[in-house]
Amino acid sequence: MSTSLQEAHHKHQNTLDILFRNVTRLCAFGVLALLGTIIVSLVVGSMPAIKAFGFGFLGSAEWNPVTDHFGALVPIVGTLATAAIALLIAIPVSFGIAIFLTELSPQWLRRPLGIAIELLAGIPSIIYGMWGLFVFAPLFGDHFEPWINDHLGKMPLIGQFFSGPPMGIGLLTAGIILAIMVIPFIAAVMRDVFDVVPSMLKESAYGLGSTTWEVMWNVVLPYTKIGVVGGIMLGLGRALGETMAVTFVIGNSHDLSASLLMPSNSISSALANEFTEAVGELYTSSLIELGLILFFITLVVLSVARFMLYKLAQREGGNA
Amino acid sequence: MNKLNLLLRSLGLSASLLAAGSACATDITGAGATFPYPVYAKWAEAYKAKTNVGLNYQSIGSGGGIKQIEAKTVDFGATDAPLTADELSKENLAQFPAVMGGEVAVVNIPGLEAGKLKLTGDTLADIYLGKITKWNDPKIAADNKGLTLPDDAITVVHRADGSGTTFIFTNYLSKVSAEWKAKVGEGKAVQWPVGTGGKGNEGVASYVQRIKGSIGYVEYAYAKQNKMDYTLLKNHEGQYPKPDDDSFKAAAAYAHWDSKNGFYEILTDEPGKESWPITGATFILVQKAQDKPETGLEVLKFFDWAFVNGGKLATDLDYVPLPDKLTQLIRASWKEQVKDASGKAIWK
Repeated sequence: MSTSLQEAHHKHQNTLDILFRNVTRLCAFGVLALLGTIIVSLVVGSMPAIKAFGFGFLGSAEWNPVTDHFGALVPIVGTLATAAIALLIAIPVSFGIAIFLTELSPQWLRRPLGIAIELLAGIPSIIYGMWGLFVFAPLFGDHFEPWINDHLGKMPLIGQFFSGPPMGIGLLTAGIILAIMVIPFIAAVMRDVFDVVPSMLKESAYGLGSTTWEVMWNVVLPYTKIGVVGGIMLGLGRALGETMAVTFVIGNSHDLSASLLMPSNSISSALANEFTEAVGELYTSSLIELGLILFFITLVVLSVARFMLYKLAQREGGNA
Repeated sequence: MNKLNLLLRSLGLSASLLAAGSACATDITGAGATFPYPVYAKWAEAYKAKTNVGLNYQSIGSGGGIKQIEAKTVDFGATDAPLTADELSKENLAQFPAVMGGEVAVVNIPGLEAGKLKLTGDTLADIYLGKITKWNDPKIAADNKGLTLPDDAITVVHRADGSGTTFIFTNYLSKVSAEWKAKVGEGKAVQWPVGTGGKGNEGVASYVQRIKGSIGYVEYAYAKQNKMDYTLLKNHEGQYPKPDDDSFKAAAAYAHWDSKNGFYEILTDEPGKESWPITGATFILVQKAQDKPETGLEVLKFFDWAFVNGGKLATDLDYVPLPDKLTQLIRASWKEQVKDASGKAIWK
């Protein structure tokens, strides 16, 4: 009697377990299926543009809705350039923030500062965009861009990247706003991983007479590089896909120009701007193909990041 | 408040006008253009208070509005750029204008007295083509004897997003400049030869306010509310009227409205001494053959009410109500074109 009761109980538990397992599996596979359908619908949607323009789409700077000639070069360059500028600024700044928070800041300041940085991450991107357009761009255009023009713009080789009318909007402004937006993400991850470095390691280094910088650069960073790279990739992912803030300050013009001060366009802001009022199959389809390209770029970035992390982990394993 | 309205409008944020709770059977649904969204919202609110019939309008953009009315997922569609007679008959749709607005060229030229600069359409086109690059260009100076024009570079500002405003503006430039028509053409988005793109009216306005020596185009309401400096434009008769309700109405009065081609009329470069040259109407699309004649009738009743009672609400938001002569033509077209399944007119 009691054994059969126990058996029934087991059976019941078993069913629950199977049910639970299947529900979680459904959730996970649901995401996969969703991803698959998104890719399929992007490909189907961009078919007319792919057929009409082929690979030429990637290399053409033309964007003419009147004659139905489209090319993705300007938005692709704009997306990559703004993300690159953002990382160039955000990585060192985040590194500084994380070092200060974990090593140098007095105890009582750590929490408020940390919370402030996390709050920055929670501000909606449209706020960054409007702040960028109404506050940052005028300041930047009136005070910094003339200086950039006069100094960097006159230099050989890199001069062409830094000359143009000081309008306050353009690739550089978009990159800087993006940097401000990704800093909290990268800084938060860096702080968290720096925090888990065993104090024995650091203290030993200090004991050998290392400066703070030497401890950070030679002990903490090597110990945490996997996490740091992960944080940077998180920031890069956000920078590539960011829409609203970029749209406000990038200038939204489909012109190819070497200068970072000139207006340009990014994939996501072109989509946000033009999709609602796009008429005609080819126009809509070209915009969808832009979306497909962004998807592809993000996929490549993520894969490269994974691969780097894997290589790093492997080397760590070898060393140990 | 107005600024917020405009912001929402130009961001194309769609929102249902009325609380979701009022799922009354007679509620009507519409979707489309973002430009007239604020006035439709105002009308809907007043109409609901009076008749208890709600309107759910999604401002998803003209393209979406056209697609949705073709698919019959909404009771009416709204578009800034009218469909041609061919397109209408292909989809069996009836079209009529709902409300009008004007556009002005706004400038930021330090040291220049407001509202004094005169431009011809041809000059404006040359500026947007990048052929005129300085404010003291002889071509601009020729129309502005007595004004001291600065030796500043011109920065051209245009819309970054596809928009009915751009359609009307480029339609005007195509009418007044053969070169513009050949090189760029007209559309809700075009390949701009020069300049930088602002998102929405507020994007263009903010660029113009900030960049010295810039020129842009915005809806009149936006220029007025932000107290922006606009130019005078030479109209078809060689006059330079002030942009305001009167000159917009004058343009509408001279237009040849014809219900046969779905009132296809873009009010740019209209004749008439007082006519403002860049005026435009926004349009409503309904199915000619109504599956649900009761709902179809509610749509027509709503706009009939708006034509009669909505003028003040429209004017408050700096839109221009349609002249009575035109609304009579529109009612006649309803009788003629909008039928139920048995072929009987639903508007009596």
